[in-house]
Parts: sequence; structure tokens; C-alpha cells
Amino acid sequence: MLRPFRLHEPETVADAVGLLGQYGEEASLYAGGTELLLAMKEGLLHYGHLVNVKTVGGLSDLRYDEGAGVLRIGSGVTHRALERSAIVAADFPLIAQTEAGVANVRVRNVGTIGGNLCFGEPHSDPGALLLLYNATTTAQGPSGIRTIPLSEFAAGPFETSLEEGEVLTEITVPRFPTGMTGVYEKFGYHARPTVGVGVALRMDASTGVVTEARVSVGSAGPKPVRVPQAEEILAGKTSAELSSAAVLRPAARSAAQEADPIDDFHGSAEYKEHLVGVLLGRAVRTASGAV
Amino acid sequence: MEVSSQTQTVPAIPITMTVNRRSISLDVEPHQTLLDLLRDRLTLKGAKRSCDLQVCGACTVLLNGRAVSSCTMLAYEARDAEVLTIEGLAEGDRLHPLQQAFIDHAAFQCGFCTPGMIMTAKSLLDENSRPTEDQVKKYMNGNICRCTGYKKIVEAILAASGQG
Repeated sequence: MLRPFRLHEPETVADAVGLLGQYGEEASLYAGGTELLLAMKEGLLHYGHLVNVKTVGGLSDLRYDEGAGVLRIGSGVTHRALERSAIVAADFPLIAQTEAGVANVRVRNVGTIGGNLCFGEPHSDPGALLLLYNATTTAQGPSGIRTIPLSEFAAGPFETSLEEGEVLTEITVPRFPTGMTGVYEKFGYHARPTVGVGVALRMDASTGVVTEARVSVGSAGPKPVRVPQAEEILAGKTSAELSSAAVLRPAARSAAQEADPIDDFHGSAEYKEHLVGVLLGRAVRTASGAV
Repeated sequence: MEVSSQTQTVPAIPITMTVNRRSISLDVEPHQTLLDLLRDRLTLKGAKRSCDLQVCGACTVLLNGRAVSSCTMLAYEARDAEVLTIEGLAEGDRLHPLQQAFIDHAAFQCGFCTPGMIMTAKSLLDENSRPTEDQVKKYMNGNICRCTGYKKIVEAILAASGQG
């Protein structure tokens, strides 16, 4: 049962920032509520004041700057809007596909990408996926507006690098460079994923080798991460080499270690390491065109 | 009407909404859920409280045509909106094709998940009038049934869409 709280409805980001400042620890931003209200219902969290960001103009805008090749996602955009957007399907199909797999349709209708990133539930896909795109975030707070690379946004379980009173306003996603193919593989039988692995590979058409490899791991460790050592192992390899155990085994081991898996309700760290390896192999094979 | 919490008194907010095509004006406390409003204040018992965590789908209603978990939605979010529950599907004695299909295909046993199943299926067919079996299964994957094993539910939805 939810305990009573006061609901505030700011019309601008500045007003929202002001309310957070005014009520401090007693206040939380409230968007879709799919994580917040659950935690409040279960008594894990309580706030006397909820600041409704759905009433703030502009936070639910989804725009594609085609010239710059950059998708600008307002923090209030729902998973469903991303799943169903024609723009996203055309130029960022992996985002549409992965968003379509978030929880269930009811959660996607209401839950927002910003809320997802800010709640910081480690067992989640969008954060891990967007790391593949070298996405950046924009936040507005008492000290003004700043950009934070997505790779620095998540700080740990249920923790972000946002400061007191800061509001995430936008996620900016550059398109993959020409010739890059991305794949996101996940495993889970609960509502939340157990492990997710994203791989994006750019193969040089003439030499047939990987010129750029991006690998992210989500849900396994305390926060989603890119795994640069695993990426180095994949770089410069041919499609045939990428399918070989000689490459995949060390890449999997490296990715699993860099993800820093933890024992939890979804399974042991060892189990998740194993899954990372399996999913990485599948994703690499698909991304390199071997499948 | 006022409610006190440990730290404050929060006034109820007057709102208007449409529920099953009827306009309703009432006061809601911000922390009241849509499910509580439907079941306890409007006596619409079709939507069920089951997991209370928005993972089972038994509380599914349509809010402006979109399937939502009423257990985890503030009643306040239905202001100026159209809410459709299972009670609003039939037109008088005439059942909605989905309701009829669920009967014809024996797609329920205890019936507890059924209102949620049908409301979710309705939103699916409203978006995609001829889904494939795979599309039905994916869309419905957030609605859980302990009795039927899902086969008849999928058949009923495909039948209601005019596809076998």
C-alpha cells in the first residue's frame, strides 16, 4: 500500500529542479512510476513529495537530427514510443528491437527511458544497449546544464552520477558509423533480464577484418559497462577468426571479468560469467555475418 | 476529504475521467492506485489484484487505449482520460468478439487472469488487427495464467481476429 504523498506538477525543468531543492530528501522525481511506485508500495522507499516530470514540457520529445546522425531522446520518452517509432526503426533498429523486449507491454506503455536509467536497476537492458552507441546524457540542476557520457552515468546498483537536485533531460545517441552492425542478446526468465550482451562490429569490406568492436555487458555486474579488453581481442580479426574458440574464449573470459558479475537472485557470478560467454559468442557470430 | 500521513495532510484532488464511456467526477488522493479506485470506489471488480507488482497482468485495464497495470498506476493519472475495463467491453447483451472467442475456445478455467488477458488482447488487436501467432505470444507475454497453459488463449485471440 502506498503511503500518502503530495504530488507536484512543475511545467519547466527549472521548476522541477527548484522543487527538488526545496524538499531535498523528501522528494523524488516521478515519471512512469514503474520502478518508483513498486518500491514505495513495498515500503522500500518513501517520499513525501513526488515531482511529476510528465507535466514538464519537452521532456517527451523524440527527435532525429538527420544531418548530424544523432537521435535525441527526451528522458520522458516511454519504452513503447521507442519501440514503435518509425524513425528509430529506420536508423536505430537495434534500439527499437531491444526496447521491444523491456519487461512487458504495460510497463513499456508507461515506463520511460529516463526513469529506467535514473533508477539504476542493474538488471535492465536499455543502459547496456545505449553504451554501444557511445550515447551521452544531459542533466539540468542547480548549477546549470551539463553533459555526462552515458559510460559515466551509472554509478552502481540504483545509483547514478547525477548530483542532488539534477534532472536528466535528454539522452543523445549518435548513429552507428557506416558499416557497423549491432546485436543485443539477452537471457532472462524473470521480468528483468539476467544477463545482456551487446556487440557492434564494423568490418572493413575490402580486408574483411574488424576495424571497430564495441561490446557492452548489462545485468551481470553492479552497472552496465563497456568491456574494452574484450573489444581489443575482437579488433583486427577476420570473420572466420571471430567464430573460432581461439578468439571467442579469451574475449568471453575478458568480458565476463570486466563486467564484474555478482551473486544475486538471478544466479551466481559463475553462472553469469558463463552466460556472458555464451551470449557474446552468439552476438559476435551474428554481428560478423557468420550467422 | 483530507488524509493525514505521518508528516503532512494531503488534500484530495478533484478529477474527471471516463470509465467505460461514463463520465465520472470524484476526488482522489494522490497515493490512491487506479486499481483501488476501480474495485473499491466504482465496484468494478473485473480487474484483479494478483501480484501487485505489475508483472502478472491480472489488473490490466486500458487507459486511452493503452494496456496499463492499474495496480501500479496512480488513479490521478486517469484524469481527463478514458478508462476501459472488462465490464465495458460488452454492448448490452452482445459480447465483444474477444469475450465470445474466449468462451468458444475454452480459453479460461478459474477465470482470474481472464479480464486482464482480454483487455491486453483488445489493445493488441486494436494496434494490429491480424497478428501472427508469434506476435500474439510476444504481446501477451506479460499476462500470466496458472490454469490453461496458454494454448487456448492464443487460439481464442487468433480466432477473434478472424484468423482461424
